[in-house]
Amino acid sequence: MNLDPRIPTGPLAQKWEHHRNEIKLVSPANKRKYEIIVVGTGLAGGSAAATLAELGYNVKSFCIQDSPRRAHSVAAQGGINAAKNYPNDGDSVYRLFYDTIKGGDFRSREANVHRLAEVSVNIIDQCVAQGVPFAREYSGYLTNRSFGGAQVSRTFYARGQTGQQLLLGAYSALMRQAALGQVKIFPRTEMLDLVVVNGHAKGIVTRNMITGEISSHAADAVVLATGGYGNAYYLSTYGRGSNATAIWRAYRKGALFANPCFTQIHPTCIPVSGDYQSKLTLMSESLRNDGRVWVPKKTGDKRPPNKIPEDERDYYLERKYPSFGNLAPRDISSRAAKQVCDEGRGVGESGLGVYLDFSQRIKELGIETIRERYGNLFDMYHEITHENAYQTPMRIFPAIHYMMGGLWVDYNLMSNVPGLFVIGEANFSDHGANRLGASALMQGLADGYFVLPYTIGDYLDSQKGQSRPRVDAAEFKRAEQQVTDGIQKLLSIPGHKTVTEFHKQLGKILWEHCGMARNETGLREGLQLVAGLREEFWKNVRVPGEGDELNQSLERAGRVADYLELAELIVYDALMRDESCGCHFREEHQTPDGECLRNDEQYAYVAAWGYSGPGKTPTLNREPLVYEEVHLATRSYK
Amino acid sequence: MNVKLRVWRQPDARSPGRFVEYEATNLNPNMSFLEMLDVVNEEITKRGDDPIAFDHDCREGICGMCSCVINGEPHGPEYKVATCQTYLRSFEDGDTITVEPFRAKAFPLIKDLVIDRGAFDRIIRAGGFISAVTGSAPDGNAILVPKPDADLAMDAAACIGCGACVAACKNASAMLFVAAKVSHLNLLPQGKPEKDRRALAMVDAMDHEGFGACTVTGSCEAVCPKGISLNFIAKLNRDYLGALLRAPAKKAAPASD
Repeated sequence: MNLDPRIPTGPLAQKWEHHRNEIKLVSPANKRKYEIIVVGTGLAGGSAAATLAELGYNVKSFCIQDSPRRAHSVAAQGGINAAKNYPNDGDSVYRLFYDTIKGGDFRSREANVHRLAEVSVNIIDQCVAQGVPFAREYSGYLTNRSFGGAQVSRTFYARGQTGQQLLLGAYSALMRQAALGQVKIFPRTEMLDLVVVNGHAKGIVTRNMITGEISSHAADAVVLATGGYGNAYYLSTYGRGSNATAIWRAYRKGALFANPCFTQIHPTCIPVSGDYQSKLTLMSESLRNDGRVWVPKKTGDKRPPNKIPEDERDYYLERKYPSFGNLAPRDISSRAAKQVCDEGRGVGESGLGVYLDFSQRIKELGIETIRERYGNLFDMYHEITHENAYQTPMRIFPAIHYMMGGLWVDYNLMSNVPGLFVIGEANFSDHGANRLGASALMQGLADGYFVLPYTIGDYLDSQKGQSRPRVDAAEFKRAEQQVTDGIQKLLSIPGHKTVTEFHKQLGKILWEHCGMARNETGLREGLQLVAGLREEFWKNVRVPGEGDELNQSLERAGRVADYLELAELIVYDALMRDESCGCHFREEHQTPDGECLRNDEQYAYVAAWGYSGPGKTPTLNREPLVYEEVHLATRSYK
Repeated sequence: MNVKLRVWRQPDARSPGRFVEYEATNLNPNMSFLEMLDVVNEEITKRGDDPIAFDHDCREGICGMCSCVINGEPHGPEYKVATCQTYLRSFEDGDTITVEPFRAKAFPLIKDLVIDRGAFDRIIRAGGFISAVTGSAPDGNAILVPKPDADLAMDAAACIGCGACVAACKNASAMLFVAAKVSHLNLLPQGKPEKDRRALAMVDAMDHEGFGACTVTGSCEAVCPKGISLNFIAKLNRDYLGALLRAPAKKAAPASD
């Protein structure tokens, strides 16, 4: 397949402006004629649906939650990056661009990342205008903090609830458009298939999660903003409902899946406490502004932290990465934590934990300042662990947090299936092999407020005069039948294991074989284990209840069935990418001091996988990563 | 530890509901309340019965999806903690724990512990926004917000829209929810131009949805997982009254439906 990313010509810094001037516009009179489906109501989906409606398009917005306000963007804590340079500390669009490219270990598309950095400044303006209560100085000006992988303070925040506040901003804009009749909202509705007519995405098939009703929705374009697929690993910081079903079913209808193995494992999460555990909770990276990460120097040192004298502590991030210290990027910090735990220096009952210690900064700044900055995070830590982090260091450990991989999109954020747009975490585009902190919120809102609303017009203009298919067209009926058959199949298996049992098993396989460190033997074994588990699932799963009612087991069963296929693609991609880069650490390829060893000659490309049918090896399409501006360098944070 | 659960089971809004008892055994005090329900549901599923339906998503106290009344209290025994962040260490070995849905006329039951809170979305739709069209915003620092105002707005904006305030209120009033959103936006300079319209429209929408009147007993603040202050209700009353006085006569009449 010829993969054309459609990157505009011209100098990097002017590509987006040129492109905006050149792409087709849709006149207000014509916008009224178009229907656009937006699936997902997080930062990307919510902002896109609201903005498209403001422009005059007719929008249908779908979410699985009972309200668009609950999409999992709501849980993002620490902040959102923007190249405002308000602190006058040397930030610029170029620096944000470069930090993001470097943070992603030179595996992202240069032009997309530059555009992201450019529009970052507009996002802050837009959010302020909507009433997002960002943190302020006494003078009334906006204030900033720093995040991992940056040496400037460019992160805007609303206490520890930045994601919530940004999402409520997008949600309120969406509700305003709903009141005006420009958006119709479908809560508790799950997309179960993409409908492709004459090669173009023209609708979706959904299930009403309360009544079980299967319906078709036709549109002129379909936007997927359904987030990431980290829940394939079972334990993660994702919301429990976050799932891959929408993008996976689009993949099965022909959309390419790019870099599926790029998994962000966040260094600062609360450690696992038992088998019953259903999810992991993040402690914001912003805590590393004032918290110092350490473990005992001696292995097996079981003394309580306050009994370990200063000179017997190893502040390993400060030791190994003196320039960035505790604010080293996530992939590097996670791997460093794994390393000290592998050496037997981990803390806590399980030995799978490191300390995040605030005592020094509490001494320097006073407890009140720390409380003001992170109070809700300390409260949350206390609720979960029953420990007081003002008095004793937090215990943290890496956990699955974000997927850089996702459906392949071109510069217009359109997938290889014309009419199918993919935005936010659901696409692969901007973060390469590792995402920097406070950049997910930035990307979601950039895509939804400032990129898609322009680029979608280019496609719609090309569809002028084409009539929208009707929902009784054969393609829709066929897709509905497939969905109904799939549900019946799940309900009719006379098995003995619950969906959750399969999901936990799958998560364990992925974590062990395709987690923070990967190698060929482990990946090959992982592939076999996933295939075996999938086979068992279809023989031995038990899904209670019926399809025509609220049936949460059935919802989960469909998602886990998809994870069991997706997991294979994740592991296969990890196996085929025979280099280390960012989060993807292949043990075979490391520098003498244990850092990633990239292979730019052979692997400076996006691996975009195409579906070849059930049980068949997917086809690999390569999009070479061409760097016009940036010089490929070894990533160093030392 | 072991506990006995009395859980409200109701197949749908039209069928009668009842309490069903379940034994939850071999629990760990560090387990969350919802993880206990997960464990019980696994056992129910293995027995071939219908597991308990309950809403949840983020499980870190921010999405507002979880909603149970536990031993008579919305979100359970701990102050400023949502159901999903409630841990079994808050209960004693051998306890009997009663679990019910949020009950309010404006929150129709869907199944078991799952309710429909669409009324909250419709209240926001009536005016819970600042009309700032994408692209029209001035520079972020062109609008100065004094820190105390920004902080107070943030206190109000912290509302997660769970509906515990309604469930706790003897009148099933949604005043705390509405007050939080009106205050968040009305406190900020950006929200001033639509201040009056917002207060009137959102209060009207609240009445229209069938929420009860507020008599300021404060049970809402007591159960709010985010500790939203009753003071915001005072602010809403002030904003509403001021808006009524400033509004043209025909709009000043209270909503009759």
